[in-house]
Amino acid sequence: MTSLTLTDIRKSYGTVDVIHGVDLRIEPGELVVFVGPSGCGKSTLLRMIAGLEPISGGELRIGGQRMNERPASERGIAMVFQSYALYPHMSVRKNMSFGLETARMPRAEIDQRVQKAAEILQIVPLLDRKPKQLSGGQRQRVAIGRAIVRDPQVFLFDEPLSNLDAELRVQTRVEIAKLHADIGATMIYVTHDQVEAMTLADRIVVLRGGRIEQAGTPLEIYNRPANRFVAGFIGSPKMNFLETSISRRIGSDVALDLAGTQLVLRNGDAAALGVRPEHLKVGADRGTSLGQMTVTHVEQLGGQTIVHGRFPDQQPIVATLEGQNSVEAGDLLPLSADLAQCHVFDAEGRRAAALAA
Amino acid sequence: MSVNEAPLYRAPLWLRFKGQLAGYGFLSPWLIGLFALTLGPAVSSLYLSMTDYSLMSSPRWVGADNYVRIASDDPRFRAAMNVTFTYVLLSVPLKLIFALAIAVLLNKGLKGLNWFRAIFYLPSLIGGSVAIAVLWRQVFASDGIINQVLMAVFNYEGPSWIANPNTAIYTLVALAVWQFGSSMIIFLAGLRQIPTDMYEAASIDGASRARQFFKITLPLLTPVIFFNAVILTIDAFKAFTPAFVISDGSGGPIDSTLFYTLYLYQEAFTNFRFGYASALAWVLVAIIAGFTALAFLSAKYWVHYDD
Repeated sequence: MTSLTLTDIRKSYGTVDVIHGVDLRIEPGELVVFVGPSGCGKSTLLRMIAGLEPISGGELRIGGQRMNERPASERGIAMVFQSYALYPHMSVRKNMSFGLETARMPRAEIDQRVQKAAEILQIVPLLDRKPKQLSGGQRQRVAIGRAIVRDPQVFLFDEPLSNLDAELRVQTRVEIAKLHADIGATMIYVTHDQVEAMTLADRIVVLRGGRIEQAGTPLEIYNRPANRFVAGFIGSPKMNFLETSISRRIGSDVALDLAGTQLVLRNGDAAALGVRPEHLKVGADRGTSLGQMTVTHVEQLGGQTIVHGRFPDQQPIVATLEGQNSVEAGDLLPLSADLAQCHVFDAEGRRAAALAA
Repeated sequence: MSVNEAPLYRAPLWLRFKGQLAGYGFLSPWLIGLFALTLGPAVSSLYLSMTDYSLMSSPRWVGADNYVRIASDDPRFRAAMNVTFTYVLLSVPLKLIFALAIAVLLNKGLKGLNWFRAIFYLPSLIGGSVAIAVLWRQVFASDGIINQVLMAVFNYEGPSWIANPNTAIYTLVALAVWQFGSSMIIFLAGLRQIPTDMYEAASIDGASRARQFFKITLPLLTPVIFFNAVILTIDAFKAFTPAFVISDGSGGPIDSTLFYTLYLYQEAFTNFRFGYASALAWVLVAIIAGFTALAFLSAKYWVHYDD
């Protein structure tokens, strides 16, 4: 188990900067998930850690040692690619042993390691098959197996589940979590899927535009998002943002009073109230009333009902109601929310008040 | 509808053909070419190969006599086989190696890649022409540029490469290898098909450039190597122009550049033994078919297809 330290890590292609100074420490045995929209730099960051992209500035340390100039093979890492990157002309056994053979490990030890990894991943019957004879899920296991046999200090996963169907994705997600629990290695996992991030991570790092927006445990990120971007990115359906209006003035500043928390904004500042769809309740008396929603569209998920609609001032709002609700487009629903579960963001999108419990 | 149930109505053949007439009409330029210029002569040459047809007399049936003579009593046929096999077995592998090496270099993401690709491809465009063969004769002549360079650099007086029966064939091999362009383009396309993450995975696995080439590039390129090898082999067996021009149609010196096709040509158009030449042509077809069949049979042992 090894720690990683990224200090002011930068990446630029010519004059274009894509990673703007990332600072992050990953503890031994931690599973950290990099999450963010396309183009946020999460894969680039992972590839820089792997040694597949040169680091333009800053320092990368793995296990306390500077790694910037070391080739990928000397960093003690193993990587699982989105495409699996299995060698199509080699059997599963050969795929898994290729790296060990390259390192000139004795045959007996190679065989033993491959066998052990295959047992962990339950792919022993597949060892003599070629990748083209395997299903997507099986290929994924082989790709993970190829990483395991190398006994790396750090596992890197680059969107490993994105080529699997929904059911297999859930199943493999659970298996990766179990694998992490079993072998306890340090892992970095890149995904754009916030459910994967929430379910797998010890710690989530939310990236946007080559910067870390927030790093924290999944519930920290969910309960106390640092800004409007993080609040909107984590959670499904995404958080509602309601533009607020001024309640009273104190001199030249504006104060919002939310659940007893005073928020002072400079004159002219705008602010938004953030409330997650699952925190909205139907009924005027179940928290603070937010007004009446006109329903425009209803999604029945069986266990939940997702209701889309608008407030009288035309601001869109989405509410997730428990169970099956007989709501139809055109209905008027009085909504309320517990302000303790709401967030306020200032005009720059910073989270302005710690309202959540 | 069950599988064995007959369709309710099926138009008679002539009616169905009538419906497709326009289609055949549009196909006709190609169809006429196929029947009149390719299939017709091919079938008639099969017939002629079993006659003693010469331009002077009408064909007389001789059965397998021509083939028997080819197999048992024709020293020039054996000379031609010797020359042709030497040419095929040297030029094809050399050309493959050359084309692959240059393609690998060009695949490194070089600046001005398109220019280099065009320049390297140029010999393939013009290489088969008479003009280049004439030029080649000059280059390898006793006072040609090769010998001038040898003289200037190594102070070595080279022979007349083309006039020397021991070296003449190698000048033709060199001419063939020089035309590596089209194979190179195909290799380049093949190299581009190999996903980069395959190399990234290999570099994380610690594989050196050389190991990556031999363990990943080469195996993944085997379908392209196979394709190129088959095409080049067939082309090499059919090679005619360079030998014809360089030896002035004689196949000399001392039959040392007597390509199979050149011998066939001499039999047909110098000696007017069309029957015998036809038999030679069909023997060449059999040899090429045999080689190609062998290649396909061997493919399952060394060619890796992805799907």
